[in-house]
Amino acid sequence: MSSPVEALVNREYKYGFVTDIEQVTAAIGLSEDTVRFISAKKDEPTWLLEWRLKAYRRWLEMTEPHWANIHHAPIDYQASTYYAAPKTTAPLGSLDEVDPKLLETYEKLGIPLSEQKLLAGVAVDAIFDSVSVGTTFKATLAKSGVLFCSFGEAVREHPELVQKYLGSVVPASDNFFAALNAAVFSDGSFVYVPKGVKCPMELSTYFRINAANSGQFERTLIVADEGASVSYLEGCTAPKRNENQLHAAVVELIALDDASIKYSTVQNWYAGDENGLGGIYNFVTKRGKAMHRAKISWTQVETGSAITWKYPSVLLMGDDSVGEFYSVAVVNGMQQADTGTKMIHMGRNSRSTIVSKGISAGRGQNSYRGQVKILPKAAGSRNYTQCDSMLIGNRCGAHTFPYIDVQNASSDVEHEASTSKIGEDQIFYCKQRGLNTENAISVIVNGFCKEVFRELPMEFAVEAQKLLGVSLEGSVG
Amino acid sequence: MSLLQVVDLHATVGETEILKGISLTVNAGEVHAIMGPNGSGKSTLAQVLAGHPAYTVTSGTVTLDGADLLDLEPEERAHAGVFLAFQYPVEIPGVTNAYFLRMAYNEVRKARGLEELDPIDFYDLLEEKLKVVRWGPEVMERAVNFGFSGGEKKRNEILQMAVLEPRLAILDETDSGLDIDAMRIVADGVNQLRRPDHATILVTHYQRLLDYIVPDFVHVLADGRIVKSGGKELAHELEARGYEWLTGVPEAAVA
Ligand SMILES: Nc1ncnc2c1ncn2[C@@H]1O[C@H](COP(=O)(O)OP(=O)(O)OP(=O)(O)O)[C@@H](O)[C@H]1O
Ligand SMILES: [Mg+2]
Repeated sequence: MSSPVEALVNREYKYGFVTDIEQVTAAIGLSEDTVRFISAKKDEPTWLLEWRLKAYRRWLEMTEPHWANIHHAPIDYQASTYYAAPKTTAPLGSLDEVDPKLLETYEKLGIPLSEQKLLAGVAVDAIFDSVSVGTTFKATLAKSGVLFCSFGEAVREHPELVQKYLGSVVPASDNFFAALNAAVFSDGSFVYVPKGVKCPMELSTYFRINAANSGQFERTLIVADEGASVSYLEGCTAPKRNENQLHAAVVELIALDDASIKYSTVQNWYAGDENGLGGIYNFVTKRGKAMHRAKISWTQVETGSAITWKYPSVLLMGDDSVGEFYSVAVVNGMQQADTGTKMIHMGRNSRSTIVSKGISAGRGQNSYRGQVKILPKAAGSRNYTQCDSMLIGNRCGAHTFPYIDVQNASSDVEHEASTSKIGEDQIFYCKQRGLNTENAISVIVNGFCKEVFRELPMEFAVEAQKLLGVSLEGSVG
Repeated sequence: MSLLQVVDLHATVGETEILKGISLTVNAGEVHAIMGPNGSGKSTLAQVLAGHPAYTVTSGTVTLDGADLLDLEPEERAHAGVFLAFQYPVEIPGVTNAYFLRMAYNEVRKARGLEELDPIDFYDLLEEKLKVVRWGPEVMERAVNFGFSGGEKKRNEILQMAVLEPRLAILDETDSGLDIDAMRIVADGVNQLRRPDHATILVTHYQRLLDYIVPDFVHVLADGRIVKSGGKELAHELEARGYEWLTGVPEAAVA
């Protein structure tokens, strides 16, 4: 494509700064000692240490998966540190005592942690490297019985809930990265919404990797008890560094009968530079279990990371359960994404919807990988899949890998796919109407992603649109 | 000073020269019609004036109000008041007409140092402009040209023109594919928007449009050159005689 579009300059990744803060880290490398070190740091009960060790031993027997459409140099799991925490973390729960440097970091990221400044109606858990810095609006939430805290705190304060649900959706041995996470996970968020309660606020976790040479392995567990409902959002950023950093998270959602969980992600990890140097390897396992008449809805906007490997899935166990997956995945520069979902229908009359929008620019490679499986007993189930790809420029790629397996005759699966290209003509049309190239691309791409954006909570939809504009800057050529 | 001054304009696509020396002067208040056989370069001229990147200007000058136009980015030309109603308007799925129009309108205002309009004020303005094309407000919630019929797309171009109030409107076969009623609506729209400080270039194949929008000048483009210019009677003559007497080539032989 020709000049005016090529002429666009790449804007800096504006979250690429480093917070200079004293930290406590585990020794480099991974062994049983590392697992024990992390568990001890967190004062964990024996059962949890045992659970971790079992996962670690399982992991040793597993091999890194290579079926995804991604390519990277071998990862040296002994080369990084598995625990990094600011030395000055205040005692739990007291945001007032948090190191001002950390508050400043979040302020700079656009996530002020003082309750007065926060978006009204959104409670935030801020995770910095391996620990939670603090959780806002805890008291307000407690009034309606909603538990929202860091994972570490949940283990201390609500061990019975954690023990009951931990690993119940994503077992420690589920896959290579899930096993690694189970062994070394440091912090994450925990949510429990009691029976019949509609969570009065949006909950959100903001993940920040700061330390060099470290990975982030957080674990999120959300339980919506019978008839409960909750909407949760996660955001992520990391400094610009020349080495690749591993982020291997696990998210488990449990929606009991008649419950509903809406989980939204705006992922903006550092993507590496235009030559593919540095960036986060985002290898994540996310899965939810929906019981009778329950609903789990995943919405993701994936713009960052050097490599994204994630398939937020729903086990539709209950009759009349509902699973949804709305995704926008953007690759630019040298980014690679292999993402999609699994909808496993077990309950009768269960329904699932998949809307995937892949945008490829630069030399990015974007793959949609989705499985829809309808078991014999899931009579009368339905799936609708819509999978659209958009190409910007000639050097990027879009790929689709749908796996469909329907095992009863009364169920119905519908799959639609399309690939389009942002043409110079579309951009020229917008420019002729007075929009500059940047705005033109952003308008066209946002239009393409509309069905997904309208699933995001209001406050974040606007953010996501802007983010998309920024991550596609300099994309055409 | 003339509004638009084109002097000996040459333009190529790749190695092929398509415009081979076009000169044209358009003054404020005038309507110029450009006619000519298929493939003679009419759309190319329109696109070059609007700054389409597929075309390279190899020589010649174009000024708008005396200022060089060719140096400007397409959006800067739009800000300066150049509007092109496309022969083939582009679809933008997922973007509502209302959003797109407001964005375009505000970009132009911003570039002119004017305040942007918020959605509510803009809506009032839109209501007025919709009358120009005799459309109801429903159309504003549809995606830009997406799933529009050929005629609706052309009408949408006129709506955009009405909102943006250009100084120089170039309409590339806006009449093609319109039924009689729609053509009347489009022509009425163009006539309503005629102003003493504004000029229109109409590219058309049909005399019929020129019954509604009466041109001050008619030019015949053939093989990248203006081979004849005249008053409105020239269009009638073309209707009666075709192009062969001007181009020396039987019409069918022109690619
Ligand atoms: N982008 C392009 N790439 C290649 N050739 C082009 C391009 N644009 C125009 N041409 C060629 O230039 C010549 C003039 O085309 P143009 O579209 O300007 O004709 P026109 O007079 O508008 O014709 P019509 O009456 O059919 O609309 C044609 O031979 C056409 O094939
Ligand atoms: Mg044409």
